[in-house]
Amino acid sequence: MILRVSNLNKSYRNSEEQLRVLRGVDISVAAGESVALTGESGSGKSTLLHLIAGLDQADSGEIWFGRSLVSKMSDGHLAELRRNKIGLVFQQFNLIPSLKVTDNLAFQARIAGRFDPHWQTELVDRLGLEDLLERYPEQLSGGQQQRVAIGRALAVKPLLLLADEPTGNLDEATADEVLRLARDLVRRTGCSFLMATHSARLAGTLDRQVHLSAGRAT
Amino acid sequence: MQLATLLIGLISATALWSGVQALNQQARTSYDRAAAIFGGTRSPMLVGRESPVFSQQLFVDLRRAGWPVSPLLEGHIQIGGRTFRLIGIDPVTLPDEAGSASEIGKENLQKFLTPPRETLVAPATLSDMGLREGDAPQMNEGISLPPLTLRPQIAPGVLVVDIGIAQRLLRMPDQVSRLLIARKAVGPVKPLDAVVGDRLRFVEPSAESDLERLTDSFHLNLTAFGLLSFLVGLFIVNSAIGLTFEQRLPMLRTLRACGVSSRTLNTGLLIELLSLALGSGFIGLLSGYVIAASLLPDVVASLRGLYGAQITGQLMLKAEWWIAGLAMSIAGALVAAASSFLKLHRLSVLAAAQPYAWQQTQQRWLKRQGFLAIGALVVAGVALLSGDSLISGFVVLGALLLGAALGLPVVLSFVLWLGERWAGRPLVKWFWADSRQQLSGLSLALMALLLALAVNVGVGTMVGSFSLTFTSWLDGRLAAEVYLNASSDTQAADIKEWLRQRPEVEAILPSARAEAQLAGWPVELLGLADHPTYRDRWPLLEATADAWDRVQTGNGALVSEQLSRHLKLGLGDVLLVPSPTGDWSLEVVGIYADYGNPKGQIAVAIGVLIDRFPQISQTRFGLRVAPAEVSALISSLQRQFGLDRQHIADQTTVKAESNRIFNRTFAVTAALNVFTLGVAGIALLTSLLTLGNTRLPQVAPLWAIGVTLWRLSGIELLKTMSMALMTVLLAIPLGLIVAWCLVAVVNVKAFGWRLPLHIFPMQLLQLLGIAMVAALLATLLPILKLVRMPPAQLIKIFANER
Repeated sequence: MILRVSNLNKSYRNSEEQLRVLRGVDISVAAGESVALTGESGSGKSTLLHLIAGLDQADSGEIWFGRSLVSKMSDGHLAELRRNKIGLVFQQFNLIPSLKVTDNLAFQARIAGRFDPHWQTELVDRLGLEDLLERYPEQLSGGQQQRVAIGRALAVKPLLLLADEPTGNLDEATADEVLRLARDLVRRTGCSFLMATHSARLAGTLDRQVHLSAGRAT
Repeated sequence: MQLATLLIGLISATALWSGVQALNQQARTSYDRAAAIFGGTRSPMLVGRESPVFSQQLFVDLRRAGWPVSPLLEGHIQIGGRTFRLIGIDPVTLPDEAGSASEIGKENLQKFLTPPRETLVAPATLSDMGLREGDAPQMNEGISLPPLTLRPQIAPGVLVVDIGIAQRLLRMPDQVSRLLIARKAVGPVKPLDAVVGDRLRFVEPSAESDLERLTDSFHLNLTAFGLLSFLVGLFIVNSAIGLTFEQRLPMLRTLRACGVSSRTLNTGLLIELLSLALGSGFIGLLSGYVIAASLLPDVVASLRGLYGAQITGQLMLKAEWWIAGLAMSIAGALVAAASSFLKLHRLSVLAAAQPYAWQQTQQRWLKRQGFLAIGALVVAGVALLSGDSLISGFVVLGALLLGAALGLPVVLSFVLWLGERWAGRPLVKWFWADSRQQLSGLSLALMALLLALAVNVGVGTMVGSFSLTFTSWLDGRLAAEVYLNASSDTQAADIKEWLRQRPEVEAILPSARAEAQLAGWPVELLGLADHPTYRDRWPLLEATADAWDRVQTGNGALVSEQLSRHLKLGLGDVLLVPSPTGDWSLEVVGIYADYGNPKGQIAVAIGVLIDRFPQISQTRFGLRVAPAEVSALISSLQRQFGLDRQHIADQTTVKAESNRIFNRTFAVTAALNVFTLGVAGIALLTSLLTLGNTRLPQVAPLWAIGVTLWRLSGIELLKTMSMALMTVLLAIPLGLIVAWCLVAVVNVKAFGWRLPLHIFPMQLLQLLGIAMVAALLATLLPILKLVRMPPAQLIKIFANER
């Protein structure tokens, strides 16, 4: 297992009440496996991904990444984990606006010290980014930006690719294309893939689905 | 945050500008009162053609010939060691339009003319004397004046008495200084030359008094500083408005999409801006009043010390000051907002949501700004080469500073671009690239910092150069160990006789002074003895080989630097100086430094001066004494002749007083410098705090892919400090150029003398340190905010709706 989540609980407090977002969630992802995390809006999909990536802290429960207990890691170790072993793709792309596409693609790999120029070239080729390398993110369409985001996440050859609604801002055709590219590259690298989506159609293209409802996994 | 920034900018800009204008207005009101007081320059008058006083008989002859003239006698007296201007008037014949005639002419005439009579005085003068209304002050010679009566309209430092009393007090029996002329004559009037020949000449009323002319440059310097501070404040306003617009663009886009027209939006924003400007203006004016009140004592002392001007020590401001201050606040806000309104008008509302499109617009503005910068620098160059006035000097300075400020973002953008190009590592590359993207938000604050620092360097270097030069110059001018000013010529003669018996006195150096006018400019004639003290130490800038010998023959003169510049005199030129014994022809044989003297000065042989001006007092002299004997000699003189501190001083005391006046003069400048630097520091802080709110979307992605918050904060700190450091490093050479402009152009035109320029590396290092500390403090708050940010807040960036 590359990822094992046990009895995970997470609540948020607003001015009026305490919202329980995750209630005793258990999921696991095997090495090389592609899993879709489905559920309605507000079911806790994004929260779960953020906790797995170490961007937030759970109230209780355990998150194991390989043999490392993520839920007990320090900030520095979590940053190292995200840098070296996890690739993140967001719905809003979250590229670095002041850097060109070519620098965005290589950014995570370079700061992790794992930059591979051949792999970079292959990514550019497979993602169809050859003509876009000297542009800035704002100059790209949504689909193009998401392809760059996927390229950046995979450039470091992560063990796990986490994607939070990666096609949420794209039209159907572009969404299919982007997801197809992501799946191909995941297979190419052999990394695991956990994708949050509210689209049953897209979820059906992956190996397995985990459904979140009212904070519980089924 | 933007609201706070906007208000701080408008309030500080208005406060500094209106504070300086309050000081100027206070001074000019006092000059007006001084000029308008009986026989000031506002009235037409007759004066002696060849001497400062003439016979009273001429007045009688003119009255008999139908001329509506009134006599006036003016001089100076000493009371309690202080000098006051004494004016004697004839209230019976005084024209209604001269000064406060209506006050005396009616019910108070009897009291003024009949014993014990009255001495009219302003409240401030009464306070200076330490007396009460009704007291009868005594002159140094023991003669009493009539009892004091308060008249608020009288200018400070002036005492008004009946002309007969004045003639007795000034020991000028039957003498008159001038004849005031009423507007309307009663009956036919004989021609002037038929009555008095060529003994009198007519003087038209002047719009500007001598004092106004002399102090013009002082007030212009103050105004320039006020304007600079106003502009720095406007930079803050411009920055705040620009950032506000950038942040409001999504809201504006939504409003447009809902059907609100562009005109309605702009009108609403304009009304909002004007309301804020009005409110800030009021607060700014109140703050300006406080600033002026706190600086007024130094300004009063400076004007008194430098020009002998008497300024009331309590602020009295006209309604125009309030209106002008509000108008400046509103106008300044509109000017500062103009570029943002223009950008908003031109930018497509849909495209406004894209930061890159905004950045592209900023790039285009940067290019235009670069051209404007070059244009401003060209204007500075042209004004430098072709200008020949104080105004042109300020144009050089203003255009130079404007060009540098406009050019700063262009230079920084280029440096950052170079850095990005050469960077290899990803975080380093991001450091340069992101700094470049942040530049538009910070550039106005950095421009304000550049200006404030450059002016600090410039003024600090100038003041430092002056201080260094002044000290050594003072050593040359104040060569005698003791300085004496006897109460009368008789006492002076007695003292000299006594001193000749004293073995410790190595030399007695008499000096004398007379006043004249050359080409309408007040000039002081200084009589010097022939002694090695002067020959060896007088600070000559240029001189002929036999200058001192020529001076002693009586047909050569040394002129002060400001006189030589004013009248464009060089060695060998001939002056014609009017004197009671006729025009005196003098060849210029030397030019000397005379720092701080607003009047021109001519140094001549004392014997010849006395021959030419027989009426001048000969009460002043310097003594060469062995330094160890100075204190004992002064004590002996005080015991023997009853001389107080006003009449005898040692060199150390006189130098200390001179330095005190010097320091007070520049205290006002130093205070304005600090204010301006403080305002620039606030500009940087508020810009960084505002930008801090917009930094999250730039920073969060890096945090997500594995860069720790501490590292990100460190990079943010380094970015701001780097840009501040680059600005400071550019400010230093700019400041030195400003110093050169001040020394070589502005000061020469303003005061007529030029200083050698000295550079003080420690001062520059100190300023660099202060600026970097200020930048660090400005940056700490946003950095701490970032470091302590909870992950939940960062994660919101990744939410579906940003």
